Amino acid sequence: MQSENIVGKENMSDILDMVTVSTSPHARSKDTVAIIMYCVLLAILPTSLAGVYFFGIKALIIILIGTLGAVATEALVQPLLGQKISIMDGSAAVTGLLLALTLPPTTPWWMVLVGAAIAIIIGKLIYGGLGNNPFNPALIGRVVLLVSWPVQLTRWQKPVFLFSKTIDTITTASPLGILKDKGAAHIANIRLLDLFLGNRAGCIGEVSVLLILLGLGYLIWKGYVTWHIPVCCLGTVFLFSGIFWLINPAQYANPLFHLFSGGLMFGACFMATDMVTSPITTKGMMIFGAGAGLITIIIRLFGGYPEGISFAILFMNAVCPLIDKYTMPKGFGRA
Amino acid sequence: MKLKTFLGGIHPPGNKRLSEGKRIEAIPLPQKVYIPLVQHIGAPCEAKVEIGQKVKKGELLADSQAFVSAPVHASLSGSVIEIKNYPHAGGNQVKTIIIESDGLDEWVKEPQNGQNPLKLSPDEIKQKIRQAGIVGLGGAAFPSHVKLSPPKEKKIDAVILNGVECEPYLTADHQLMMEKPADIVKGLQIIMRALGVKQGYIGIEANKPDAVQAMQEATKEDSHIEVVGLKVKYPQGAEKQLIKAVLDREVPPPPGLPMDVGAVIQNVGTAYAIYEALSSGKPLIERVVTITGKGIKKPKNLSLRIGTLFSEVIDYCGGLTGEVGKILMGGPMMGLAQYTTQVPVIKGTSGILILPKGESPPTKAGRCINCGMCVRACPMKLIPSILGTYCERDLLDEAEEAQVLNCIECGSCVYVCPAKRHLVQIIKYGKSAILAKKREQKNKS
Amino acid sequence: MLAAVISLGGLAFILALGLGVASKIFAVETDPTVEAIAEVLPGANCGGCGYAGCAGFAEAVASGQTAPTECKAAGSDIVAQMAQILGVKIEETEKKVVKIFCQGSSDNCKSKFLYEGVFDCRAAVLLGGGYKACPYSCLGYGSCVKACPFGAIEIGPKGLPIVDEQKCTGCGSCIRQCPRGILRLLPISQKYYIPCSSKDKGKAVRQVCQTGCLACKLCLKKCPNQAITIENNQPRIDAQKCSGCGVCAEKCPKKIIQLASNG
Repeated sequence: MQSENIVGKENMSDILDMVTVSTSPHARSKDTVAIIMYCVLLAILPTSLAGVYFFGIKALIIILIGTLGAVATEALVQPLLGQKISIMDGSAAVTGLLLALTLPPTTPWWMVLVGAAIAIIIGKLIYGGLGNNPFNPALIGRVVLLVSWPVQLTRWQKPVFLFSKTIDTITTASPLGILKDKGAAHIANIRLLDLFLGNRAGCIGEVSVLLILLGLGYLIWKGYVTWHIPVCCLGTVFLFSGIFWLINPAQYANPLFHLFSGGLMFGACFMATDMVTSPITTKGMMIFGAGAGLITIIIRLFGGYPEGISFAILFMNAVCPLIDKYTMPKGFGRA
Repeated sequence: MKLKTFLGGIHPPGNKRLSEGKRIEAIPLPQKVYIPLVQHIGAPCEAKVEIGQKVKKGELLADSQAFVSAPVHASLSGSVIEIKNYPHAGGNQVKTIIIESDGLDEWVKEPQNGQNPLKLSPDEIKQKIRQAGIVGLGGAAFPSHVKLSPPKEKKIDAVILNGVECEPYLTADHQLMMEKPADIVKGLQIIMRALGVKQGYIGIEANKPDAVQAMQEATKEDSHIEVVGLKVKYPQGAEKQLIKAVLDREVPPPPGLPMDVGAVIQNVGTAYAIYEALSSGKPLIERVVTITGKGIKKPKNLSLRIGTLFSEVIDYCGGLTGEVGKILMGGPMMGLAQYTTQVPVIKGTSGILILPKGESPPTKAGRCINCGMCVRACPMKLIPSILGTYCERDLLDEAEEAQVLNCIECGSCVYVCPAKRHLVQIIKYGKSAILAKKREQKNKS
Repeated sequence: MLAAVISLGGLAFILALGLGVASKIFAVETDPTVEAIAEVLPGANCGGCGYAGCAGFAEAVASGQTAPTECKAAGSDIVAQMAQILGVKIEETEKKVVKIFCQGSSDNCKSKFLYEGVFDCRAAVLLGGGYKACPYSCLGYGSCVKACPFGAIEIGPKGLPIVDEQKCTGCGSCIRQCPRGILRLLPISQKYYIPCSSKDKGKAVRQVCQTGCLACKLCLKKCPNQAITIENNQPRIDAQKCSGCGVCAEKCPKKIIQLASNG
């Protein structure tokens, strides 16, 4: 049957220019990938500033080289791989900044650049860009640096305070380093408050537990991150270390010490919660967090390294698709 | 009153102030009405009138032998000038009866007030509902007499009236509850009698406190009807979510239906139409529609005759404010986008929403970043991101196993997605492909 | 050092021996005919034959369930090779290629609305009957391109698909994906064809598309070989009867009848 033609002038309302037709829904929230990334940058800003405050200009230089190096690498390499340049979505900047914050303030500038390039190229671009990478890119960069230059990556300095008169850096061991090398007795005089506020030797962004938690709180309030991964990770570490401490307080450090020292807080709050490389199901997130926590504390207590969070998260990244597969929800209405 | 709710859901801006509280108006008689023969889920009707025939208001125009169908009636008096394929709000062309008004607006049979429907038997009630051509006015347009005739083995113990209106912008149901609360309650009582059910509920979202109060007033004499306050969240008005909130029961996945958990849902507008049909014999020829949006000069709640063109309605409301971005039949979350205003109002039209250019800008879809916001938003406990990926790559078996057929296409996932993926469109394609494959296999065997 | 070499070398030797033994003990019996057929097939697993990939087809041919000509992607030389392996005679069939039966690019065909959504024809066609004003037109989002296992079709600058006739094997994968049915197989020897799939005629077509066939039937009347038939307002040229005289193309008032191939 001949169909009614509606494009002729006599039928079409002539005040109507071409309207848009799309499938429902026709309303969308204002969130974009770029906005989420910039909010993450905002969340890790306080702890970055704390790092500069405690460790001086050197820390600031590392932060700048890391962030800008990552962005530059992405802008230069993406066209070579046939990908559209996507630095404006902020994810390269986040990777670079996160990497810089996991490095000691004594890291040479060229090492930071190498780490940033490796993080972007091998951690992200070879898989096809944001969304395709199975591993946390910043951790890939850090772990490659740690394994290639173990001495430089574990050379710590005492907090210098930005405006203090002394400019020399005094190298010292980090609290976890002391624990691993000399035992629990030697960390007894380290105040928990110092660990919490950041007045200790460590990586630039990991020292200030207080500001890390502040940043996490901001992301949870925004709705981009949920409590499951950090709570399960920290909870597992607390529980496991607590059990051993109760059994033998002379040999093992107390659980709060473990919680506030090293890169655990930073890793649990900002690295493990990286959206692309963590599970999408709620149950999966809890398993992921708990697994990361468990591996971390096992490495800390029994492994060769003083700190284990980087390896723990990378390992859980690897099994993340498996976790997702086995924690798919039952669905509405299924018995 | 404690507010009930369901898991998941989103909070889009309500935007109801544009038309809230505006009393329902009737527009001047249209010159022509365009009455499609398919305005419902089920078999299409066949025309029972001819070109040139004179018809009166309420006269039967088309009917079908099938059980799952509903007749259509003339919404004004005049003569049938054409019967042809005409644009339909659903997107395709549908056979439509076009009637030119004679200006007299005469009934084929004058409505008789004062019949007591509660004295009729359930079968008589259902027959009258079918004769009046009543379908679900919430939007799905499922023939009401079919909904009220569940198979004998399904024991129904609750009827819930849907006064939720969770779609942003729409206020038609709200206004109807404010203006005709007693009639709606009487409609619910008729439905309860037709099903033989003792307990009735009226679900209303907490952003309509005046409607809650009005309905509570209207039901205070009847102890078998309870007004339930619900937390403001989209899609509270979806059938399955309403049952979950009010009764705490979960409807099983398709082919599961509310009757499988002993519940039947009807929109408040449908209850009102049922009351009108049973008490005075009026067939379904008009309904309350919200014309709203920042693209229309004077947003209103109107009582429109079925078959009135959108363009006439827009002109009555003062016309457009400027360049139009989208014309929607329904709300912004599940409404159907139209490409012309020359489509008629049909039984399922609950709203006409004009969005100006810039309010719903085109978006470029990116890759999923696994943020999980869609999982938290989904009211059916699905993983929309993975469903989208399976359907995109035509992995239909995996999609079916991940329960894509259980998706209600509410759009909550698309609303929150920061990568702006067109998840509902992809899932719609996936569902239609899976069902087509099943039909093919059934035909082969 | 020596110990390492011996131990690793010895381990490698033992494992290799084990693999060799296993390949003999656990060898799967295969029909050499099936293997030979599978060897000559194009290996694209296009599904044009209706079997599960080339391996499935090879088995079906070897067991006699189907004829070698059922492989649409196989050119006549491959069919001849299969015939030789099976020891049968095969009739030569002409190669067929895919032609685009629509010229409704955005220059020629009006649009009803601005489409926003997934850029895939099968999804786009679900919305409002497609964004083009003609309900039978090509939508230009390339579902056919994605389906082609030989990379023989791509969307050209006008938004219409273009077929590389050298690469096209006539397997039909693109035809199965097109929701509008505007792709069809034509024998490679066909001279002229009418690139329009509209089932409307006259004014209805003219109002929406400049290159649409009006179904005026002039070509039908003027053809000296009665090679043109019309059904549903769609004229079709019968390749057997067409002599390639070009009278239809000359007489067509819209000048839309095209030369089918350029060589």
